[in-house]
Parts: sequence; structure tokens; C-alpha cells
Amino acid sequence: MAQKLHSLGIPARICSGEASELLDAWRGADDVLVVDAVVTGAPVGTVHRWGNPQSIPFAKSAGSTHGFGLAEAIGLAFVMKELPARLRIYGIESKNFQIGAGISPEVGCAVDEVVKAIRAEMKVKD
Amino acid sequence: MTANRTIKVDTLARVEGEGAIYIKMAGERVADVKFKIYEPPRMFEAFLRGRHFSEAPDITARICGICPIAYQMSAVHAMERALGIKIDPAVRLLRRLFYCGEWIESHALHVYMLHAPDFLGYQDVIAMAKDHGDTVQKALRLKKIGNHIVRLLGGREIHPISAAVGGFHKMPSRQQLREMVSDLQWALEASIEAVRWTSTLPFPDFEQDYEFVALRHPDEYPFNEGRLVSNRGLDIDAAEYEDRFAEIHVKHSNALHSILRGKGSYLVGPLARFNLNFDKLPEVARQAAVSAGLKPPVKNLFRSIQVRAVELVFACAEALRVIAAYEPPPSPRVEAPNRAGVGQAITEAPRGILYHRYAIDEHGLIVTAKIVPPTSQNQKRMEDDLREYAAQLAAWPLEEATWKCEQAVRCYDPCISCATHFLKVVIERE
Repeated sequence: MAQKLHSLGIPARICSGEASELLDAWRGADDVLVVDAVVTGAPVGTVHRWGNPQSIPFAKSAGSTHGFGLAEAIGLAFVMKELPARLRIYGIESKNFQIGAGISPEVGCAVDEVVKAIRAEMKVKD
Repeated sequence: MTANRTIKVDTLARVEGEGAIYIKMAGERVADVKFKIYEPPRMFEAFLRGRHFSEAPDITARICGICPIAYQMSAVHAMERALGIKIDPAVRLLRRLFYCGEWIESHALHVYMLHAPDFLGYQDVIAMAKDHGDTVQKALRLKKIGNHIVRLLGGREIHPISAAVGGFHKMPSRQQLREMVSDLQWALEASIEAVRWTSTLPFPDFEQDYEFVALRHPDEYPFNEGRLVSNRGLDIDAAEYEDRFAEIHVKHSNALHSILRGKGSYLVGPLARFNLNFDKLPEVARQAAVSAGLKPPVKNLFRSIQVRAVELVFACAEALRVIAAYEPPPSPRVEAPNRAGVGQAITEAPRGILYHRYAIDEHGLIVTAKIVPPTSQNQKRMEDDLREYAAQLAAWPLEEATWKCEQAVRCYDPCISCATHFLKVVIERE
């Protein structure tokens, strides 16, 4: 997806999802779009969009604290007043999380849908 | 008269994975303690069977998001032992730098973001950041520096891919390493300050008579080489590990309990390493510890946050030493031909020793694999500590006692996902 966005002249950066890296990537930016794989129970390939990062229903799980991720990055950026003025999140409902697994056809289609939506949000012309 | 009661933590927070604590109190007496790991078994050892030995570093790196390097290093050392491979000294040096990156990432995360909120009275680091923004910024910068080292040597900071049996798939240039020097010099000073800062935290009076178990090397603070020693006379090679340690299944946990045969529980991790290897710390780390009033033996589990800060100082100083000494080897790795054999290795993951054993056949395929992660090694000791600590908390209000028990387990920085290959707290007072 990052490559597709780049080819459209939209600056995109691939992040591991680790919180310090996300905060670093957002620093100084006033308009940020994040795209990530999500699991909400919706059909695979469903595209979710949250215009307000505070409204994302992150799972309240004890798991993965060692994987300090997007939820913590948003929480820390908010309290440390480093949240970009505009932070929108696209979530693509995914299913293949096994080692070495490629993306499913449903997610492949959703990627194209999200690229199209981002182009529209960024008002990029053909 | 203290009522009988149950302390229950159904889902432990700020630990990796899914586990729970159940403590049954009969008045001031602790009747039962169960540290339950209910996360399902992950079957990594089974996944490894039938795979080529060269795949082990990439597969085992997937066991843990915060200590993949320890998994990779235990795997490559065990394989190199099985295959009779000797690595280039420069590769050995870079592996120590790789370890420094992981310890900086892991200890910065635990000291500031997972453990400090307990001492400062916050629910989590996000609540803590409202009042301690500068401290959290420092933690984030430290973690980023650790990430940088891991990314440079491992190809990426999460589940790195460059470690190989015999060396690395790709080596960094001297220039790439030297570009990290100024950041590491800042990290060294920040870590020394972390030792001072953690020494001001309020520590409960909780000293236990532990058998500390850690690697010990003649010349170095241990990462990935040395004999396995304890403060009670254990002194063995990795090949003797299974003669002296056993894994036992307990009904309430999906992770095996590891015990010292004929003895019982033991403690691995920062306290064990510090107490058994204080003399091997570089002067800057020893000085930081002593200045903060920290000298071996440290027997208070809650002071593990201080020891982790001392180990941050060590990791930064060691990284600078390695970078200054590094000369690229002629080849990033030595060839690893197929050969039947058995190899065992122990390395020091941030939360304690990690044992791997592999048997491989003449085609280089893995016949058997055994992995004993640090959280499994500490699991029985966690129950023993909870038994002692809950007794001290018998008169405390249930909610506070429950919170304190959860904090005690976080001192271990347990990695439940690694161990299932595990947290909730329940204290029941009758």
C-alpha cells in the first residue's frame, strides 16, 4: 500500500507499529493517516475508518504489553500533547496472521479500496 | 482477626500474555497460591521438528516480540554446537551488540513504562505521562535507540531476520555503527540517571532467600556465553542443564514449571545476573549501582527495577565498546554444512536464562527441539514469592492486597506468551 501511495505522490512510511516509532513518525506532522490490520469480528476485508483516534475501540487485553503499539502511541501522544492536529485511522479487517502468510484476496481488494479513499481524502487527481 | 478471603486477579495487566493469580487466605495463613497461565500452548517445539536447522533463528524469533534476539541467539548457538562450527570473533562481537539492543529495548520498556507506574501510583504509563512527560520521553528515546541497534543488525526491530547459524546474513558497516555513537552516549547518561531515579522509588520490605541462577563468563557480564552458576554451588555447562533442571506439569497452568532437581524453585533474571556477576560489570555501571546504594546480594525482588536500570548502563557502555572495537569480518558468516548432532545453548534474555536443545539429522533436519523460556524458569518462584508476600498483606484491604500481588508479579516482567509455549490475580479469604 505504501508503494502505491508513493507512486501517487502521497508520502507514506512503513512502520513496525511499535509506539516509539509511531510517535517519532508523527512528530511535527499536522495531518496523519494510519492504516493497520484490525480484528473486530467484521467480515474479512471490511474497511473501517475512525476520524477521531480517541474513538477507536482498542481491545482491553492484558496481552502484548511487550508489543507497545498503536493504542499506546495514541494514548501517549494525546497526554503529551503530541497528537497530530488531524489523525485518521483506516483499519482493514484481516485474517492471515500466521508466520509467512500472504494477504487474503479480501484484504487485497480492501487495500485498493483504502488507497482510493486516501486519494479522495488527499484530493489526488488521476 | 483477619477474615478468610480470596485475592483474584482475573487478567494481569502490563505483562505479556494471558495469565491470572489466585490466592486463598485462611486468616493470616496463605492456604493456596496458583499462578495460572491460561494462554494456550503455542507448540513451537513441534513446529520446529522436520524443519532445516537454518530456519530455526527465523522461527524462534517469532516466539517473542520483545526478546526475539535471545531466542535467535540460543537457537544459533545450539545449532553451531551441534554442527561443530566456530564463528569469527567479529561475529561474536556483533552478537553482543545485538543483545545490547534487545536489553536496551526491553529494559527501557519495563523500567519506565510497565514497572514505574506501580511505584508512582498510576494505572499505566499513559496516566503517568500526564505528570511525568519528560521521563516518558526519555524512555521512548532509549527504546528507539535499542530499536535502532536491533534494526541495523537484524534487518528490522520486530522479529528480526538477519541472524543466521554461523553469523549474520548481512553485516553493518563500521560507518553505520559509528553513526549510533552520539545516541548511545546520550543513552549511557540517561541510564545512569535512571539508576539514580529508580533509587528514589518506595520499595516494600520484601527480602527472600533465593537461589539465583545465571550465566557467568570469565571476562564479561553475561549475554550468550558462560557456565550456568548459582549462589548455592551450581556450576554446569549448558549440556548438563537437563541433568540438573526438570520441567513439571501443574494442572493450573499451560506453562511448565521449571525446578532445580531435588531442590525446587530458583530465580533467574536481572537480580540473579547482578548478584552473580557484579564484578564483571564495567566500572561505569558498578559505580552507578554503588552510588545508588545497590550492592550484591540484592534479595528484594522489587529492586529489580533498579537492577534493570544498572543493566541499561551496562548495555549502553557495552554497545559503545563493541562499536569502537568492531572490524568487519571477511565474510558475514561461516558455512554450516548438514551434519547430524545434538547441541544445547543457554543465553541471557532480558528476563533470565533461555535454554534451547536441538537434535538434527544428517540432512540438517530438526529431529527434536526443547525450549525452556525464562518465565517458565521463574514461574514456580513467582508462586513461592506470592505465598510469602500475600501473608505480609493479610491485614490489607482486599483491593489493595490484590493490586500489590499484581505488582509483585510484574517485578518478574513475565512473558506469558513465551512461557506457553501465560496473568489474572485472585485472593480468596475464607
